[in-house]
Amino acid sequence: MKGFRQAKWLEPLIFDVRCSTRDRFRVPVLDEELQLSPEAVARLIPAGLLREDTPDLPKLSEVDVVRHFTRLSQVNFGVDTGFYPLGSCTMKYNPKVNEALANSAKVHWIHPYQDEATVQGALEIMYKLSQWLSELTGMHSFTLQPSAGAHGEYTGVLIMRAFHKESGELAGRREILVPDSAHGTNLASAAMAGFNVVVIPSNERGCVDMEALKSAVSARTAGLMLTNPNTLGIFEENILEISRIIHGVGGLLYFDGANLNAIMGKTRPGDMGFDIVHLNLHKTFSTPHGGGGPGAGPVGVVEALADFLPIPTVGCDDQRFYLDYNHPKTIGRVGSFYGNFEVLVKAFTYILSMGHDGLKQAAERSVLNANYLARRLSEIRGFSLPYGPGILRKHECVISCSKLKLDTGVTAKHVAKRLLDFGVHAPTMYFPPIVEEALMIEPTETESLAELNRYVDIFTQISRESYCHPKTVLEAPHNTSVRALDEVKASHPRTICLSWRMHKNRQQ
Amino acid sequence: MSNSSSSNDAVACRRKLLDVIGIQSVDEAFSDIPENARLTKGLSLPELRSEAEVRRVVEGVLSPNIASKDVLSFLGGGVWSHYVPSAVDAVASRGEFLTSYTPYQPEISQGMLQSLFEYQSMLAELLEVDVVNSSMYDWASSLGEAARMSSRITRRNEFLVPHFISPERLATLQSYAQPIGIMIREVSQSLHTGQISLERLKEAVSHKTAGIYVENPSYFGHLVHPLQAMSEIAHDVGSLFVVGVDPTSLGILTPPGRYGADIVIGEGQPLGNYVNYGGPLLGIFACRDDPRLLRQMPGRLVGMTTTQDGLETGYCMVLQTREQHIRREKATSNICTNHALCALRAAVFMALMGGDGFRRLGEYLLSLTHYATTRLSTINGVKTPIFDGCHLKDFTVNFDEAGKKGVDINRQLLKRGIMGGKPLLPDFPELGDTFLYSVTELHSRNDLDILFTVLREIVEG
Repeated sequence: MKGFRQAKWLEPLIFDVRCSTRDRFRVPVLDEELQLSPEAVARLIPAGLLREDTPDLPKLSEVDVVRHFTRLSQVNFGVDTGFYPLGSCTMKYNPKVNEALANSAKVHWIHPYQDEATVQGALEIMYKLSQWLSELTGMHSFTLQPSAGAHGEYTGVLIMRAFHKESGELAGRREILVPDSAHGTNLASAAMAGFNVVVIPSNERGCVDMEALKSAVSARTAGLMLTNPNTLGIFEENILEISRIIHGVGGLLYFDGANLNAIMGKTRPGDMGFDIVHLNLHKTFSTPHGGGGPGAGPVGVVEALADFLPIPTVGCDDQRFYLDYNHPKTIGRVGSFYGNFEVLVKAFTYILSMGHDGLKQAAERSVLNANYLARRLSEIRGFSLPYGPGILRKHECVISCSKLKLDTGVTAKHVAKRLLDFGVHAPTMYFPPIVEEALMIEPTETESLAELNRYVDIFTQISRESYCHPKTVLEAPHNTSVRALDEVKASHPRTICLSWRMHKNRQQ
Repeated sequence: MSNSSSSNDAVACRRKLLDVIGIQSVDEAFSDIPENARLTKGLSLPELRSEAEVRRVVEGVLSPNIASKDVLSFLGGGVWSHYVPSAVDAVASRGEFLTSYTPYQPEISQGMLQSLFEYQSMLAELLEVDVVNSSMYDWASSLGEAARMSSRITRRNEFLVPHFISPERLATLQSYAQPIGIMIREVSQSLHTGQISLERLKEAVSHKTAGIYVENPSYFGHLVHPLQAMSEIAHDVGSLFVVGVDPTSLGILTPPGRYGADIVIGEGQPLGNYVNYGGPLLGIFACRDDPRLLRQMPGRLVGMTTTQDGLETGYCMVLQTREQHIRREKATSNICTNHALCALRAAVFMALMGGDGFRRLGEYLLSLTHYATTRLSTINGVKTPIFDGCHLKDFTVNFDEAGKKGVDINRQLLKRGIMGGKPLLPDFPELGDTFLYSVTELHSRNDLDILFTVLREIVEG
């Protein structure tokens, strides 16, 4: 196995970095005549509002700052560094042309309050992107306003709420159903909008238990939130029946688009009966995740719900693009402006590059890659594929380490940490909660067969180590910039430290 | 030659994948999709393109946009065109940061974690509160979350906001508050000074008040006071004091931690982030170091810890038991993807600026705003600002006496390469034909003199 050793810099906190030169970053200087004297400043600013001391920030030159953050970047791992099969996160390669085009003055330097005549290019991008997303999902129209997947979910749930309110049924429809394999955000988003959450169990095939669903639905049902393919990577085989059941009691069907990558060009949420869809442009549409964000979480709806979308959307009238505030039943706004425009430009570029055929091929390759890993990994001693190899996977698979744990004491977390030692990222751990010792693996279409085989080889070695000399695995990681961290201490009320200021206060 | 051999490789690889999976064709991999739901037609989407073509098309589409830096723009009002140091772009475009996910595996993600801890730490110094989260989407969503957090902590359901507030921010707040029954009540402000009277505020609060929210500077750029007294009014009835700030003001303005703020929010975009047509922005969310507050805080927090052997310092996400993937429907918020890269940009910006840089920037902004209002108000028919008192960055300009409509004036300004202020009339009719102008350190004296000359020609001409 080829070795890996992450950089190690022992880089101090920025407050402790030594200043090397006096060449500070220079703020523009105002025409001297215009500079207010300290006395004039003190006169202008109301009593008690003048800050007389200087904020206690580092005093560094540009080279100190750049070296500090460059070193920090070297102790970070991204898709640009290596294989990143984090399940449900779709960590595919982020093409550089997306960045190049978004780094334009015509993206960076346009202000949200500018006259529409001066932002026609931006509006055209948003208009066309909305149309493409509608076409890909079988929806009628889209809002691009939400900043992230969870933000999109909240928007979608608000639309459900507004729909039931309009028909006078909101008081009775207090329940949103979610399967036990759902992303945690689904439950949190439903609760944020004031709904009660009813959890539906999965059956032995990893899909929604239809009997449980039938007995859970009623006139209290506002809707069902479903990820399809679900977090086990399994396509809900009864989706059309599920749609009939939910619509039969007057509920709405919500599609969590985190896993859309598997089905682009193959099927559409609209064709399965979904009414509301959110997408994660930072997953399926190759915009980088930036170490946590920003992403974008557009929401699409069927025609009957279009009037409820947040304002504004983008309209087009005889080659002129405009912000459309004409949504009489709008839920209002979920953010200040039109969404994460810079991210939208990257997703627009991606769809334009890939085209219809490219997107479809991406779905096919991601599915073949996931099924390949599912088969190969489940054959390695200690690992298994819950729900069995007889069921196809879509974009991801969930491997269980419970046998390994029983045999050797090595848990899913230990395996994850040991994987890091080989310069590949770990899968999502302990999710979905219905699989014991779960490792959720999403290889994406980015990876070659050779890279997948390397991952299999690494798993094989970890298995061998676990059975022969488990200490290596139990004490992993060894090759990352730091060894295992004390996460309990980090969150303990007596030792928690969330800022340099808190650190100083607690030392005193 | 090489093309056909690489395509042979691709076919062989695909064959190998299919064999191991145990299926005959790619289509078979999708046989689990019910037949009635399968797509049989092609979709109306673009064709596959080369990178060169893509570039030409996207640049062509973007070309009609007029970048504010290519003209003279006075738009602000919550999103501002500040200078972005080149070092910020250089650091933020590094692939190791840019293409990483949320740092779920801290041992291999120390770079992002330490950077976010430093963002939290430097902002904590500016605000003088101990706890800052590692970002929200924007100021507006921070406000929505602050109202919800106040309500959870006090178990009350009224949240007071100033009447003169960004309409977009207020609308977002409503979307966060209304579904769970939090009532948003506006507190009136004087039409002369723009200030909230303490008497009015005392009348407005009650044992139902979860929080009092004020902004400093206000949406109209004027400084609000006395904040200590407002904080006492909030605390006297057991409610929280929530303050919204523009961080570029904090080199010269008293930090909110010193006048009793429990929760501090604001817009971090001016710290090294572009305006980007309004997104991504950077929602600031901070609070006092108080377990009662901390437990209810939304969003991701990065903490300092050590390795398990206690020998080295390291960083990881903390208090995840508040978050949706563990607490599910009982989480403090549903937020997970946030605006971490914008926070990283802000960290680099703050490190470059230092405390002195912030003080100089604040002095620049104050002096230039003072010059702008003083100069423009000498034009007959132009009143600026409409409220007495000190303004910073943003200021109001009224054209009631100009003999022309403000929107027509704006149109004529645009013809001459100037983007005038944002019209306030639709949202605040009581203020007459008023516009919100804004200056930053990207404006020079010369820029203001041009605005003065052109505006005078239009109005007096």
